[in-house]
Amino acid sequence: MKRFWGFVKKEFFHIFRDVRTMIILFGIPIAQLMLFGTVITNEIKDAHLAIYDQSKDEVTQEITAKLLSSGYFILDQYLESTEDVEAIFRKGKVKEVLVFEPNFAQTLEKEGKANVQVIADASDPNMGKLLASYTSGIINDYILKEMGELALPMQLEPEVRMFYNEGLRSVYMFVPGIMAMILMLISAMMTSISITREKELGTMEILLVSPLRPVQIILGKVAPYLALSIINALVILLIGHWVFGVPIAGSWVLLMAESILFILMALCLGILISTVSKNQMVAMFISMIALMLPTILLSGFIFPIENMPVPLQIISHLMPPRWFIVILKNVMLKGTGFLYVWKETLILLGMAVVFTAIAVRKFKMRLE
Amino acid sequence: MIRVNNISKSYKDVQALQRISFEVQEGELFGLIGPDGAGKTTLMRILMTLLLPDEGQAAMHGLDVVRDYKEIRQLVGYMPGRFSLYQDLSVEENLAFFATVFGTSIEENYALIKDIYQQIEPFKKRLAGKLSGGMKQKLALSCALIHKPKILVLDEPTTGVDAVSRKEFWDMLKKLQTQGITILVSTPYMDEAGLCDRVALMQKGEILRIDPPEQIVANYTRTLLAARSTEMHRLILDLREWDSIDTAYAFGQFAHVTPKKEGLTAYELERYLKTKNHQQLQVHQIAPGIEDVFMALIVGNEE
Repeated sequence: MKRFWGFVKKEFFHIFRDVRTMIILFGIPIAQLMLFGTVITNEIKDAHLAIYDQSKDEVTQEITAKLLSSGYFILDQYLESTEDVEAIFRKGKVKEVLVFEPNFAQTLEKEGKANVQVIADASDPNMGKLLASYTSGIINDYILKEMGELALPMQLEPEVRMFYNEGLRSVYMFVPGIMAMILMLISAMMTSISITREKELGTMEILLVSPLRPVQIILGKVAPYLALSIINALVILLIGHWVFGVPIAGSWVLLMAESILFILMALCLGILISTVSKNQMVAMFISMIALMLPTILLSGFIFPIENMPVPLQIISHLMPPRWFIVILKNVMLKGTGFLYVWKETLILLGMAVVFTAIAVRKFKMRLE
Repeated sequence: MIRVNNISKSYKDVQALQRISFEVQEGELFGLIGPDGAGKTTLMRILMTLLLPDEGQAAMHGLDVVRDYKEIRQLVGYMPGRFSLYQDLSVEENLAFFATVFGTSIEENYALIKDIYQQIEPFKKRLAGKLSGGMKQKLALSCALIHKPKILVLDEPTTGVDAVSRKEFWDMLKKLQTQGITILVSTPYMDEAGLCDRVALMQKGEILRIDPPEQIVANYTRTLLAARSTEMHRLILDLREWDSIDTAYAFGQFAHVTPKKEGLTAYELERYLKTKNHQQLQVHQIAPGIEDVFMALIVGNEE
């Protein structure tokens, strides 16, 4: 036991004395969280809007005011002719143009309908679609409320509510994803690098000829990173909750317990990587290519798994973060208890056991 | 104490060791001498249980290096060829770490390492990576000794170390030997061979000869001449051209010359070199050193 603690102490020296390790451990997670949380977003906020109003009556002005006060749009400028539309899109700043036909209010009153054209810049298709639907939503809303007495023909009005994320805020989705990615990256990459570093510097040779058992070496390597990753997980949750307002509807204890399980699984994976890589470069490469990209692409973090081609869907089952993200979303957003995530928990546990078994078996007692 | 019996080992396309056998007695200072690639490190790693031999058996203190590797690791101290301590740990932390790993403490075995450790103790707060080459070796030796090993295995401990530190290092080994520790040491430096009790001359995975250093020299009966002039390079080329000469090598300031037939005198050699217009000639007969023997053995082995 004393040997083990001696080893852990030495590991902490390595970690705290290496500036780069410290940055990777604590700087990068926070920076990434802030970046993903604020920069990458598919919500509409302050989109630039240009209006070609050929009517300039009170109805068109009211609609314009309504759009601008929604917070989604800000007025860039009024256009004077249809030619201006294309010119202004070319400049790139304006994302949508609204065209009201002449005599808008009159036509509306006389014929019961009037034309307004919504032209969106679809060079970013999702954005274009969103803008158009937001605009038509606001206009419809206005017509319904203001022109109620118009006695429109019979119509169905679906009342939509977005459960668990009423404001459709993307940060709700990103925080669990980032958490999975960061824990995976740090735990797996840092352990694999720290073990391969010993191989590279030749100190593994001395450790091997010492009476330390492989289990002691492995656990001694894992323990410090486990402690630091738990701190990381907590920091991410706190930032997510207090800075980005992500709700934590379920129990904190369950959330942390699941996180620790995921961290353990990632650490085992890191050891496994270290047993197959000769030096730090290879370990880093495997961690980056084999862990980072699949975590981002195949875990459902950014792209919905349901929309993937079937072979990729099958591969995504092998991605540990996929299951962890499901657990996180359930516990954080829906507030479900363990009974709803036991299947995913079991899968993660199984993966951890398998990785450990392979890693211990593959850990070499000798140099070859 | 160390018994090696018919050990062979090959890597993908290189035969690193070919049926090596030797024994080291208890309390002996045994040297493995040979150039890079002779197989010294491979042999030591097999003895340290770090590599498995393809064939043959080896035992350390009566324990088999394959079967009883766990026990062996307890009672052997090892210093690999490359400096293998933690560069980002201080002198004291390194030593404390290895002491804990071996289940002991610095205080417990301080007596054994005292002489060596005292020399680096003033720098005990310094990071190991910032030590000079000589101090690094002393620290590595202290770490290898901290668990009071019965056998000490040192792989080229003096490579890359200055001459004064080298001498100090060998003095330390001699002192450790008096405390009953069996020492197996490898070195590419021939002058260090003379400091061992017995040496094994190794080349290309084979042992050419095992003897006490004096014996190795004494067994060498061929005539040896030394020559120098103002133009050493041309001198050696001229010597090699002459059909009375077997070999001619540069050894420091002189060329060591082995004639084909015994009894070629310094006078005859000088006369030949004079015909080649060499200036300030010095030629005389010398007693062979261990290096000369080794060169002769290598040449003999290659033929």
